[in-house]
Amino acid sequence: MSGKTLYDKLWDSHLVKNQDDGTSLMYIDLHFLHEVTSPQAFEGLRLAGRKPWRADANMATPDHNVPTTKDERSQGVEGIVDPVSKIQVKSLDSNCEEFGIHEFHIDDPRHGIVHVIGPEQGRTLPGMTIVCGDSHTSTHGALGALAHGIGTSEVEHVLATQCLVQKKAKNMLVKVNGQLNPGVTAKDIVLAIIGKIGTAGGTGYTIEFGGEAIQSLSVEGRMTVCNMAIEAGARAGVVAVDEKTIDYVQGRPFAPSGELWDKAAVVWRNLVSDDDAQFDAVEEMDAAEIVPQVSWGTSPEMVAPVTGHVPDPADTGNDSKRNNYLQALKYMGLEPGTPIQEIKLDRVFIGSCTNSRIEDLRAAAAVVKGRKVAENIKEALVVPGSGLVKAQAEKEGLDRIFTEAGLQWREPGCSMCLAMNADQLGEGEHCASTSNRNFEGRQGFGGRTHLVSPAMAAAAAVHGHFVDVRDIKIL
Amino acid sequence: MKKFEKEDGIVMPLDRANVDTDYIIPKQFLKSIKRTGFGKNLFDEARYLDKGLPDAECTGRPLNTDFVLNQPRYQGASILLARENFGCGSSREHAPWALDDYGFRCVIAPSFADIFFNNCVKNGILLIVLEEKTVETMFEETFAEEGYRLAVDIASQTITKPNGEQIAFTIEDSRKNVLLNGLDDISLTLDSKTDILGFEGRWQQESPWLFPQRNS
Ligand code: SF4
Repeated sequence: MSGKTLYDKLWDSHLVKNQDDGTSLMYIDLHFLHEVTSPQAFEGLRLAGRKPWRADANMATPDHNVPTTKDERSQGVEGIVDPVSKIQVKSLDSNCEEFGIHEFHIDDPRHGIVHVIGPEQGRTLPGMTIVCGDSHTSTHGALGALAHGIGTSEVEHVLATQCLVQKKAKNMLVKVNGQLNPGVTAKDIVLAIIGKIGTAGGTGYTIEFGGEAIQSLSVEGRMTVCNMAIEAGARAGVVAVDEKTIDYVQGRPFAPSGELWDKAAVVWRNLVSDDDAQFDAVEEMDAAEIVPQVSWGTSPEMVAPVTGHVPDPADTGNDSKRNNYLQALKYMGLEPGTPIQEIKLDRVFIGSCTNSRIEDLRAAAAVVKGRKVAENIKEALVVPGSGLVKAQAEKEGLDRIFTEAGLQWREPGCSMCLAMNADQLGEGEHCASTSNRNFEGRQGFGGRTHLVSPAMAAAAAVHGHFVDVRDIKIL
Repeated sequence: MKKFEKEDGIVMPLDRANVDTDYIIPKQFLKSIKRTGFGKNLFDEARYLDKGLPDAECTGRPLNTDFVLNQPRYQGASILLARENFGCGSSREHAPWALDDYGFRCVIAPSFADIFFNNCVKNGILLIVLEEKTVETMFEETFAEEGYRLAVDIASQTITKPNGEQIAFTIEDSRKNVLLNGLDDISLTLDSKTDILGFEGRWQQESPWLFPQRNS
């Protein structure tokens, strides 16, 4: 018999039982909650007179809806100007209180985007199964956990039973061989992967990201890659545990310590795919060939190298794809053949659970240091992923680098990643964004999103259009 | 939970691949803490010419008359015909809530995004995966014939066209069972309480570090 993949191991260890109808009952170790996808689930519990199965397996924080200006945030929940958002955040507070669920409140210094604070607090641990009513839960796979997004009915199901009914996915290995060139980052890797396999390429699979280039990434970089596994259609992305993973977890507030730590670390080191494990699909890429990526369309698979051009729909093979490209170009207001570097920008957004950790902010700050935001940029936002990331950045003086260059330094939250708060694009505006989705209207009604890495977004802020960050001298 | 047995209804063709959940229901409507009332904002950005606001009335908003949903011939449609990777993007269950609230009971496409699929089953919406060719033919027929309807029957797993032609579809037994009987899957899972407790006890012995100290 062949060996097991990392996904097989995570699956097998959490299998409560296989059911007669072909589904499996899976035990869930950790459940994250936020204000947008949980109210109806709590309401469901109340109506059925149910209680959480294990309240301590849950952690909540409001992130999607929260304002990011100092003014509003300095007054906590009461400072939220939008009345509908305020109700949603307050509902989370009262639901967590009623059901005994630990919440990092909006004014807690450890508050932030749920996928940033989970690992930061050491709640996310290798070998766990983790779910959240949010598709970017795949982020946590970077630590060797099996993590994926669920809908609100499933949120209620996990609250009530600590389990999910699932069918096992297939195994895919995406192997990125060799080393990245300077200036090319985790974000470029994952955009290039999605560009290659498409947004449905991973549907039905759990993707393991491996190969030298992935191993060389920091744990934060691996989070960026796993974060966007969902954009490739895969529910979950995983990376094998190594010493970097273990170093990352050690000493975090919720991580085990003492004897328990020693035992855990031994078990975690086995969270890798066996040498003779069989994958149902394998994709290989050469890291050296990856160039900084920029998305030009309305789906994350519509990416081009920064050195490239907006494609011509006429060159695509089939009708459906041509239609897709035509619709995307129309929405984006772009002409086929336009060099990517000539796309004019109006706004810049550095943030989101994809790219708002300290390493991302350092990379962006290095590029803008000693420079100024271009005149045509109406607004450039830097939104740290958590209060602790913000504090660390301020300690390092990154906030001053940003503000001196003319970027705005905000309070943590999802912000313009999905524009549920006041941070939004205007109609027709182009934005260089470090987030993960460039869907129509995602960052505001009629807004046009271009997905890039933090360094590329910073370079775009300074030049007012896309430039190849590899050509920029760090001052 | 809501059942699905049969549906005989008008088909609305949505000729667009990779329809994402933001397109199905834009995020500003996710501020609601209810499960109902999303139908009027289904496909909001394509459907209306102005920007939709949460909690606002939609009667009187300017309509995009080019959009299929606004065309008289598709009024009252309950079956949505779509292209590949329908429902990709976020995990928001507001997307099936909006489809359901508008009156769609069934969606037919060559493929669906994974989380969306589950979310639909939980809301009594039947998703049918058919081969690209078969879907293409249905698109052509829908465009060609005003009032084109399909009759979908989950028990026999068939779709019947207006000319009597039948197309078989597959569906996993577990999903069929849930849809046909409108089962409450939380109760079903709680029937396995002993198994869950047994697993949990063993798991805590084996991996105590995964169980945080209470009140930490
Ligand atoms: S930052 Fe964006 S993608 Fe991440 S959880 Fe928030 S809204 Fe979702």
